Amino acid sequence: MPHDHHDHTGLSPSGHPYRADNDAPLTYWQRMEIAVRELMIEKGHLSAAEVAAQIDAMDARSPANGAAVVARAWSDPAFKARLLENASDACREMGFDIGTLHLIAVENTPETHNMIVCTLCSCYPRNLLGLPPDWYKTREYRSRAVREPRAVLREFGVDLPPATTIRVHDSTADMRYIVLPARPAGTGQMDEDALAALVTRDSMIGTGLPRTP
Amino acid sequence: MAERVRVKTMMPPGHVRTPAYLRGKTGTIERPLGPFANPEQLAYGLPADKQPLYRVRFSMAELWGEAAECPTDTLDAEIYGHWLEKV
Repeated sequence: MPHDHHDHTGLSPSGHPYRADNDAPLTYWQRMEIAVRELMIEKGHLSAAEVAAQIDAMDARSPANGAAVVARAWSDPAFKARLLENASDACREMGFDIGTLHLIAVENTPETHNMIVCTLCSCYPRNLLGLPPDWYKTREYRSRAVREPRAVLREFGVDLPPATTIRVHDSTADMRYIVLPARPAGTGQMDEDALAALVTRDSMIGTGLPRTP
Repeated sequence: MAERVRVKTMMPPGHVRTPAYLRGKTGTIERPLGPFANPEQLAYGLPADKQPLYRVRFSMAELWGEAAECPTDTLDAEIYGHWLEKV
């Protein structure tokens, strides 16, 4: 049956609103991107295939990269020391292409819980964790994380005792941050791959805790 | 004893990476980060000075006073040297 006779307004059969087609005029920056890209290709500096390959590479970055770093730090005390000393170099040592990223790892302990925010925009260690979640970029998270981090954490299901100090890190300038969560109890025999599966994206932002086995 | 600094209260227009909620607040230098190009010039394609960048740690009591959720919790932010004055 041809898909051309019903009306895509209102709600879909599953009860969700239809997403509008993007028929609006291009914005200034969309036109600029197309113009620069086409000129670069026309002048032979880039090919369309190279642009597509770079988009693929950027989309392939995911929290799995950060999870591998955390699992290595849980397994290898010397690596953990290097990570806390210079997280950029430690990630490069593991073979992650993090470009010129200046990364700082902050460690959660029984006494201290760390949490990352960028109040000014959406700074995030994309080279290591991929794209930030939408909520990370909202005005609500950005304003509340610095003002009432404990209330925000409770909404994420993380209820910390008053004796735990919370350290909020506002990525205001050139550094990016990753939380090194505390290794869960009962994981003594697990290898790095099994440990990495416990490390969630939110546990590396500090709004969550790792899974327990 | 960590070095105590205050964030200047100036309000210049433009691409400024010092959040307004930290201006006028006093904290301690958590660590120096080295020289970085000043974003207030860089953002406009101007030749940018290198400024020393610091991670400054503030107590929530300093930032929010009586309204702080837990006064001893902390907030760290990166602040360029030209925004800081010694206390």
